[in-house]
Amino acid sequence: MSELLHISSNPHIRSTSSTNSIMMTVVLALMPAAGFGIYNFGPRAGLVILVCIASAVLTEFLFGLCRKRFTIDDLSAVVTGLLLALNLPATIPLWMAALGSVFAILVVKMLFGGLGQNFMNPALAARCFLLISFPTAMTNFVCDGYTGATPLAALKAGEQVNILDMVIGNISGTIGETSMIAILIGACILLLTGVIDLRIPASYILSFAVFVTIFGGHGIDIAYLSAQLAGGGLMLGAFFMATDYVTRPITKKGQYVFGIFLGIMTGIFRLFGPGAEGVSYAIIIGNLLVPLIEKVTMPTAFGYEKGGRHER
Amino acid sequence: MNKAGERLINGLVKENPTFVLMLGMCPTLAVTTSAMNGLGMGLATTAVLVMSNLFISLLRKVIPNRVRIPAFIVIIATFVTVVQLLLQAYLPALNKSLGVYIPLIVVNCIILGRAESFAFSNPPIPSFFDGLGMGLGFSFALTCIGAVRELLGAGKIFDMAIMPESFEPVRIFGQAPGAFFVLAALTALQNAIKLSRQKKGKSFEKIGSGCSEDCMNCDKKGCSKRFYDASALQKKEAAPVKKEETPVKKEEAPVKKEEAPAPVAAEAPAKKAPETIVKKVQKDEDEVSFDKLDDLDVVDLDEEE
Repeated sequence: MSELLHISSNPHIRSTSSTNSIMMTVVLALMPAAGFGIYNFGPRAGLVILVCIASAVLTEFLFGLCRKRFTIDDLSAVVTGLLLALNLPATIPLWMAALGSVFAILVVKMLFGGLGQNFMNPALAARCFLLISFPTAMTNFVCDGYTGATPLAALKAGEQVNILDMVIGNISGTIGETSMIAILIGACILLLTGVIDLRIPASYILSFAVFVTIFGGHGIDIAYLSAQLAGGGLMLGAFFMATDYVTRPITKKGQYVFGIFLGIMTGIFRLFGPGAEGVSYAIIIGNLLVPLIEKVTMPTAFGYEKGGRHER
Repeated sequence: MNKAGERLINGLVKENPTFVLMLGMCPTLAVTTSAMNGLGMGLATTAVLVMSNLFISLLRKVIPNRVRIPAFIVIIATFVTVVQLLLQAYLPALNKSLGVYIPLIVVNCIILGRAESFAFSNPPIPSFFDGLGMGLGFSFALTCIGAVRELLGAGKIFDMAIMPESFEPVRIFGQAPGAFFVLAALTALQNAIKLSRQKKGKSFEKIGSGCSEDCMNCDKKGCSKRFYDASALQKKEAAPVKKEETPVKKEEAPVKKEEAPAPVAAEAPAKKAPETIVKKVQKDEDEVSFDKLDDLDVVDLDEEE
């Protein structure tokens, strides 16, 4: 079998990275955000994170038991569970969190063929599933004992927000999205270890900023713009969700297109949609368009005519 | 009688319009928010399907081939109007909750599909039972989907509370995405059941119902089988004869038990024959079109030179 796969004689460079090591890096990079979430929302947030991860891994294990193919050691279920937990409010009932994890692993990932075959980001699909199913529980944000609107909702209602708090993360929101600094530390880890590159996050955030500047109705207002950038799940989505290896385009040009599309969609959801937040919907809609983006942006191989038509 | 029972089983199980043929997806996904809605929609469709199948079958020798689709639509629309007026008169609440989907039964592809593929080329009584089987299969499927969605989305079935008070309804099942999940899960479930039954030796093969499979006496001049595949004609000549024999053999089977294995063996090729022919036809069509394309290319090149 392996002999058949040797197709060229050149010396090949072998990378030491594996699915396992990449997933481990992502888990480490998510630790600052998760840690700040526990600090900000109390031990309850830690419990939600543990429940999500445990039920995700358990689902993957049980499915593997049925299919006689065990895939928990690649840690992807841990990443999915952790990402889902960071997208949930700390007050969510634990069975809902577990249900979300089961949905992410079973329906979105395993039923479509497991890691590498899922057509949209499992954690975000599960978040949207929960958001549609339990709208009140999913938007019950409590911070420091106060139930309050997220800064983005306040911003949409035309109120003033404290940008410093938003950057540090001392605000209400989901467990992992509040602290811009913690997320950026994680993003630096991913960038420095080469797990992700800046193509998708940069084009996403830049195009979103441009869209908000043009259509936000505030002109070039630095305070408003930075509140939009720091608020909600934009940073978490741009660095950790949109860059998911399975559901992003593989072509370089396609990644820019993908990022710009996400920026515009997020802008549309935030400015013109009924809710204040739209990152998760924007990313899963973007995921659905990935095959199309790849088809359009596939580079032409040497010796072929443009358009990639095979010679007869 | 055997034929009628066969049509009923075919519609309910073997060729269930929702779970096997995947027809009529629009009402399936849209109105199954509760078991009652699903049942109402299914029964309304059944009424239209039975009557339109019967009348199209009765009129099949009167309707000219070229205008058969408009004729079908007129017949179907008539019965849909009747059903709608009856619903408005006697079940106004159901009529209100089904809304625009009642008039849309006119364009339900199950009804037109059965008219085109069965009723137009079969006698009235089998057509009647074909419509009844298909309609009941559709009602059964819609009721199942509706029941699951109502149970998960509202904690009730047929408006009776099933779940305990503490149950938090999963609202997504009351909305469009939930319909897709439930449809997919139930389709997978019935496939799993059929596969496990098949392993135990039960046959779920579809009963041939595409056309009457009698190309010699067929008056559809544009039919692809007739047009492209001459070999199909020869095989077809043999196929209907075998078909006619099978019911007789089935009836005889209990009497002559020693010979039982032989008719089964004879049945199998007769049933499989239509599928292989269809595949062959498709292949031939493809080849023909490619050949034509190639010819065109060559001509173009020559002209340029």
